[in-house]
This record gives sequence, C-alpha cells and structure tokens, in this order.
Amino acid sequence: MRLLEFQAKELFREYGIKLLNGRSSNGIEDGRRHAQEIGFPLVIKIQVPVGGRGKAGGVQPCHSADEFEIKYPQVMNLTIKGESARAVLLEEMAEIKKELYLSLFLNRSKRCYTIIASSEGGVEIESVKSQTIREVGMGQVSLDVALEVAAQIGLEDKTAEMFADTLVRLSKLTIEKEAELAEINPLAIMGDGTVTALDGKFVTDDNSSFRHKELEKYQEKSEIEERAEKSGFSLVELDGDIAVVGNGAGLVMSTFDMLSDNGGKPACFLDVGGGATTESVYEALTLISRIKGVQGILVNLYGGIVKTTVVAEAFLKAYETNLIDLPVYARLKGTESEKAKKMLQDSRTEIFDSVEDAINAAVMGGVKKEQ
Amino acid sequence: MIDIFETLRGSPGDQDYEKKGVIIQGITGAYGSIHAKNMISYGTNIVAGVTPGKGGQTFEGSVPIYDTMNEAVKATGAKISAVFVPAKFFLGAAREALEAGIKLLVAIPEHIPVRDTMEVINIAHKKGAVIIGPNTPGVMIPDIIKIGIMPPTPFKKGRIAVLSKSGTLLYEISDALSSADFGQAITIGIGGDPVNGTRLVDAFEMVRSIPELDGMVVVGEIGGDSEEILAQRIIDTKFEKPTVAYIAGRAAPKEKRMGHAGAIVMGTYGSAESKISMFNKANIPVAKRPTEVPVLLAAKMNNAAEKSSD
Repeated sequence: MRLLEFQAKELFREYGIKLLNGRSSNGIEDGRRHAQEIGFPLVIKIQVPVGGRGKAGGVQPCHSADEFEIKYPQVMNLTIKGESARAVLLEEMAEIKKELYLSLFLNRSKRCYTIIASSEGGVEIESVKSQTIREVGMGQVSLDVALEVAAQIGLEDKTAEMFADTLVRLSKLTIEKEAELAEINPLAIMGDGTVTALDGKFVTDDNSSFRHKELEKYQEKSEIEERAEKSGFSLVELDGDIAVVGNGAGLVMSTFDMLSDNGGKPACFLDVGGGATTESVYEALTLISRIKGVQGILVNLYGGIVKTTVVAEAFLKAYETNLIDLPVYARLKGTESEKAKKMLQDSRTEIFDSVEDAINAAVMGGVKKEQ
Repeated sequence: MIDIFETLRGSPGDQDYEKKGVIIQGITGAYGSIHAKNMISYGTNIVAGVTPGKGGQTFEGSVPIYDTMNEAVKATGAKISAVFVPAKFFLGAAREALEAGIKLLVAIPEHIPVRDTMEVINIAHKKGAVIIGPNTPGVMIPDIIKIGIMPPTPFKKGRIAVLSKSGTLLYEISDALSSADFGQAITIGIGGDPVNGTRLVDAFEMVRSIPELDGMVVVGEIGGDSEEILAQRIIDTKFEKPTVAYIAGRAAPKEKRMGHAGAIVMGTYGSAESKISMFNKANIPVAKRPTEVPVLLAAKMNNAAEKSSD
C-alpha cells in the first residue's frame, strides 16, 4: 500500500520527524479554515498516490485569500496520471536553504534495508549523480551509522546531528511498520537551520498488514478491489476495454503484453489464483461485469491444479443467469481442457487453440464494435 | 551452498538414490494434503508429515505424521521439507525445520511478510541451508522428484534448466519446450515475492556446471533487479550454454502490483526495458511470447552447433 503524502507525514510526526505546519482537507470550506490557521503564504499540494505532481501543476504557492479561492479548486480538480485528488494538503511556506534526499528501502537483491542519501534533493533520485548508498541489514540504524551517512553527504555540526536524528527516526518507523520504502524528498535544511521533511512517500508490505491494524485506516480500495481480495484474486483496474482473466500472475501479465502488442487495451488484470473454484470464477465475472467500458473478455487458462472444467462451469452459469452478455474469447489448456471446450462449444464463448488467436479475435471484435 | 542435484537426487550407489525423503509441513491442511497426494503419485518419496496435534496418525494410511519437525527429522533423516502452512505460520514452521536440520526448504505459501522471509533466509544462511520460494510452485527433476504444486503434464525429462519467477508461466513455457522436444534437467520456481530465498542468480549457480545441461531458459517478470544481476553473472562467468529469456509485464502500468507481491515497477527500478536490455547485453534473446521460447532456443542451439563445428 502506498500512503499519500499527508498520511506518510502523520507517521513521520508520530515518530518525531520534523515537519512544517500543515493540514489536509477534502473541500474548500475546511481548506479556508486551515488556511487561516496556517497563514499566508502557504503551499497547496494535491494528494495523489503517484509521483510527478509538481510538473503537473499539483503543487501551487499561494499568497493570499483571493488567490486561494482560485488555486484550491484548480488543484483539487486536477487529474494526475489518471488519479484524481484524494485530498489537498496545505502547508506553511518557509525559507529553504538546501534540499537533501533521504530514503530507506527494502533492497530485494541484497535482502536487507538500504539507505540512500544525497546532498541533492527535490529531484528524482535516479537523476542524481552523487548518492551515498549503505546497506543496514534488518535492524535499526544506529546513531553512529546515521552520523557517518551525514558526513558522507557533506553535512557538518548541528545540521549533521539533526539529519542523523531524522535518519534514526525514519529507520525506526520503517522497521516497526515493515515498510518497503520510506522516502523524504526533499529533506530540507531550513533558513533557521533545522532539518525538515517537505515531502513523504511511504510504501508498506501488504502481506504484513495482519500485524498492522493501525495502518488499516489508510487502506484505499474500490468495492470491486475489496471483493476481489476477499475471493483471493488479484485485480488491477485499468482504462481499456478488454478484460484479461487468467490463472497465475505471470500468465495474466504475459497475456496482457501480447494483447497490448496487438493494439488491444486491457480493462483489467484479473488473476483468479491457484485455488479457483466455480464460485470464485463466477465472482470474478461478476466483478468484471461491473467494470465500466468492458467490451469483451479475454480468458487465458493453463489448468494445473485448477481444472479448466471448473472455470467452464462458472462461465455457463454466468450465461444462464445473464450476468454477462459480452463476447468471451478463451484459450483453455491443461487439466480437463478438452472436456471444458466441449462444455462451452454451444455457448457464447469463442474457443481458440492458441492465445495468439484468441487475442486477435478479441482485438478484432473490439474494432468491429467501434465501426 | 548445497549441491541441488545431490540433495534432490543423490548419487548412483546411494541407498536413497533417486528417492530422497521429503517431509511435508502442514500435510493435513486442505492444500498440503492434495499436493502431498499428487507428489506421492508422481513418485516423490514423502517420508513424513508434520501437523502439530496430529502426531501418531498417518496420512493416506502410510505416511507417519509427527507433531514437530524435530521428531520427523529424527525418525526419517530427511533433509528436504516442503512447507504448506498458512503465511502467518510460515516463520515458525521454517525456523523449526531449519533448526531440526533441514537443508532444502521449499516454501510454497503466498502472502508471507517480507520481514519473515528475510529472517528465515538469515537462519538458513547460518545453518548452511537453502530456501526455495516463498510463493513458489516448487522444484522438480522430471521423472525423478517433484516438490511443489506443479502439475506433471507440462514437464518432460531432458537437458534444459528452467528458472522461473512465475508458476503458470513455468508450466506454459515448459509445455512449449517439451512439445519442441526440449525436456528439462531441472525446473526451479524462484517465486513471485520481492525477496526470494533462492534468487535467479543463486539458481543459476546451482545449475550452471552440471554436465547434463544443454541450455537454460529464464522466465522473469517486472520488479526488482534479479534478472539484471543474473545477466551480469552470465557475462562474468562466460556461461556459454544456449540461453533464452522471457520477461512478463512489458505492458504493465508503473507502480501497480501485478498479482505477485514482487511484480511492481517503481520509477525505472524493475522495468521490463531494463531487464531486456541487460539480457541483450549478455547476448541472450528475449522471447515476446511464451511460444517463441523454444524457437529462439532452437536457433541458439543451431548457432552453437555451427560454432563448434567451425
């Protein structure tokens, strides 16, 4: 789960990381009140779960109540990379002396936490040449290590101490919440010499959520996603028109790639998982029927432990109950696939021998409809 | 590191040659019991099961069940276990197995917290043991031993090693390989999690020097950088056996988890482009579709044959 900036900052505050005075809101009435409390000038920041807000105009300085009336709705109504505003964060504007970069992330290949720090902040870390990278195992970062990192990025005296303090606190937060990534970019040295987090990114490990009830309130899921999770599916909604269904994340991704190579646009990614039953596949079809703009369903199954007949049965049931009236393009292989094909031969499912053929038909079907 | 073939198969003359004992942790669970049966019918020598509180019973009338791994290992001498317990209990089960002397632990469950995986890997390092998984279909030497949840039909005995992050793509691609007469010497499921007990590069080290290897297929996917690290190792070791790769997730949107916990692109970290360009650098062709894998492998084999006849 990726937290929004203001949510990440709630955690930062809890762990004693220094922040600017700020408040989040979901409408201009609350916004006005917060603006009065904070005072002008301030910064209006859209809260979306994607990067690149600044470039898209989602972070705006604001100097007066009049300007606020124009800019708050502008920011609130932006869509950035397909994501609309979840909230708007107002923060005091303060004098910045220098911007730094600091993150702790789960290093997958080294299988430990790793610190990245840089004396250049406020830009994407990939574009920064001078980085200090330090592997820190699974435990908390000690003050000694934090001070070494501070020295490596050229900090001295009081600033180095404050940076190190921030790093120690960030590592405590990262480990206690089992985060995959905790990033402060920029971490700023302010005019008054303090070290303050101006932004915050925090990504948790969904698999450890059973140990972190306190993070539940940040969980943002559509009704469809919630139902999918309950049934043990992985579902990602997208804005295309062909729903892609299969068993196994790799197989669905592969189908997705081939569909895109052929000019098709996926409406969703749906992995029914290894334990699929007739009921769970029927539920998957129910969810698809609720996704907007779906013109067809592309099914790619490699039956192993999951019998393809189980899936075929779900489709027959869905036709019978008029759950779906969309064209279905299917490729079934593996366990009991011959039997499954027979079951489906007089239904609205078009069966193909190869996934390539099914994809072609799905893409062509979409074209026909548009004409 | 353990010798994977020695562990899974043994040497001719060993009393348990080609029938190494395997313990199933969670053998009475819904999932564990189905797959234990499937493994037995494939010919895997399941010597014991463990389910706390069910010690003294038997599974399928012949496999003894123990309360603890310690008892199971003492009674059977097995060095291999396959874990089928729910994700929440994985850490405890794996720790118990490693402390009891298990040297190869196949971790099947999905949704294990990364911190638990890292802890288990740390214990395994100290004990000189190997973890395969989590979130893996398992490991198999076709016709000899199957440890995991893979259906037997896609696989055929042969001389190609298949290393895969994904389960169903492993089946799909092995099926395509088998149909093209490229049987498999071994298949290793790396798993779809962000942190893997056996990384692609570790799996490569396990298989690269076996004499009965004609080629290798790597089935990767978006997320992390294990494909890139593998490609670099292939360059560094001057590995010359024909190798073909496949990468799933080229069309996946950024910053969305695509089914597997590990399948996520963050910025440029984990992107398909990065992996494909590293494989290209290592002179490894990357198939665009699963069915293209055997075609590219055959072409590589022909090239290699021509080179050696020059």
